[in-house]
Amino acid sequence: MLRYLIRRLVSMLIVLWVIVTVTFALMHAIPGGPFTAEKALPPSIQKNLEARYHLNDPLLKQYFDYLKNLLRWDLGPSFKYEGRTVNDIINEGFPVSAQLGLVAVAISLLVGIPTGIISALCRNRWQDNVAMFLATIFVSVPNFILASVLMLVFALKLRWFPAAMWGEPSQVVLPALSLTGFPTAFISRLTRSSMVEVMEQDYIRTARAKGLSRSAVVIKHALKNALIPVVTYLGPLLAAILTGSFVVENIFAIPGLGRHFVTSIYNRDYTVILGVTVFYSVLLVVLNFIVDLTYAIIDPRIKFSDTGKE
Amino acid sequence: MEARAELFQPIEPSEEVAYAFARPATTYWRDAWRRLRQNRMAMIGLAVIVILFSLAIFGPLFSPYSYSDQDLTPTGINQPPSLKHWFGTDALGRDLFVRVLYGARISLSIGVFASLIILVIGVTYGGISGYFGGKIDNVMMRIVDVLYGIPTLLIVILLMVVFKPGLKNIMIAIGATYWIGMARIVRGQILSLKEQDYAMAAVALGASRRRILFRHLIPNSIGPIIVTATLSIPEAIFTEAFLSFIGLGVAAPMASWGVLASEGLNGLRSYPWQLLFPGLAICLAMLAFNFFGDGLRDALDPWMRR
Repeated sequence: MLRYLIRRLVSMLIVLWVIVTVTFALMHAIPGGPFTAEKALPPSIQKNLEARYHLNDPLLKQYFDYLKNLLRWDLGPSFKYEGRTVNDIINEGFPVSAQLGLVAVAISLLVGIPTGIISALCRNRWQDNVAMFLATIFVSVPNFILASVLMLVFALKLRWFPAAMWGEPSQVVLPALSLTGFPTAFISRLTRSSMVEVMEQDYIRTARAKGLSRSAVVIKHALKNALIPVVTYLGPLLAAILTGSFVVENIFAIPGLGRHFVTSIYNRDYTVILGVTVFYSVLLVVLNFIVDLTYAIIDPRIKFSDTGKE
Repeated sequence: MEARAELFQPIEPSEEVAYAFARPATTYWRDAWRRLRQNRMAMIGLAVIVILFSLAIFGPLFSPYSYSDQDLTPTGINQPPSLKHWFGTDALGRDLFVRVLYGARISLSIGVFASLIILVIGVTYGGISGYFGGKIDNVMMRIVDVLYGIPTLLIVILLMVVFKPGLKNIMIAIGATYWIGMARIVRGQILSLKEQDYAMAAVALGASRRRILFRHLIPNSIGPIIVTATLSIPEAIFTEAFLSFIGLGVAAPMASWGVLASEGLNGLRSYPWQLLFPGLAICLAMLAFNFFGDGLRDALDPWMRR
């Protein structure tokens, strides 16, 4: 277990380093630099700006400075907004995004898993067919289309929920639902197929033969193993909800980090793009690491496979 | 029934009996096609795909409007769907139906070409990694693991920020980031196939490594490769639409479905059709490819069936 942990930790650090280096290289590969895209500035102002943001330093020095600052979790100033740092933007936007994301994760799991279980238990009956048909549809509806349609129907036409802004519980409903369309459908499909597989195993037949009730067999014996694939999907689930927040927060005008990120793309605010990408990557990689650890704890096969050769 | 002695005569060994087939021989493809045909949703998906492609290729030829024709008069802009304009018009008085058709050209070609790039990179990378095994495989798979830990969409966004948004760059950016799944699948296939007898026979016959890999092993893993390539088309279409939606898509006056949908969002309250029709087109294409790809998986890989 310890060896597994250390190996995963090392590979996580490598991933993070690669991300930071690649993003840095990409940002500096942009022809002309951040200040040349606009109307020509007077040369003196241009010089001052470049000096202020250390753009005249050798590239390698800039890179190491950036790494050093990153270790202190200082992501630098915004190019477009005077006096605001990338850290300010993250501190301001992330709590909002995190709240929305957590609600979305909760909905995906609480709806997706039971749907998958019911589907598997009623395999090839109408409950299963309806659920899986809906799941395939929702897997195919992009989050921004779902968000727009939900907004049109429930906010603009029926007026059940507000169409924009943030702060009231009722303002969470539509954005959270838009974010959960794909993950919920995916989780229910995943749960169904692994549940179907588990229910055919011998130990389930044994449990049945002992005379256990159907619900005891499902809940106590089958579910534990059937949920392992769902745990592995938690990483991609978080990624899907996070990237989904870029469009959903824009559509519903939610002042979260996703919206700031898209705004920074529109403004070509390079330090913010770089900083937020690094922040998101660190977040996802660390969360993935935690998910992997949980996975190793739940599934003993991982621990054993690690002691021998792969 | 009476047991008579003449029912128990020995049968003379004959060519005819020994080589008789219970049913005509079938090939892998014919068998797969037979299974695919029985899958109703997959066939509907295939039909929709064919219709979408024909509309994208031939549709604009029959339309009286072009994608950039503007009608800026008050009776021209933001018109609801009518007989004259089937999908209505947009804020510049352009016919939305023909724009959705042109959008289909862009979105579908991005889907297909990005998927081809994914195919080429993924198959080559995975094939080499799986075939050579050992240290090479170890190093190549470590690289894949590192790349796998990076959220793909973020990298695509970064690439699009750095390169100029445009049709070709979108395809390249998607192709260059989404090949990892394909590489993993091909590697797994090759790893198991290279242990099979026919691979050893090819080695014994003196076939070169390149020939064994590209002539024997990869063709035999064609099923999963096709399935993965098919399922990466909707993913590419979605990614392009997503990029367009956050302002990194193809440039005006051409417009992909994603660009049309994001333009439609501005007038959602008053002119909902401007978002609904392109949105519907995206959903329809993704649905068709997903159903068809799922059906293909069942048809090409009977062991995966559940």
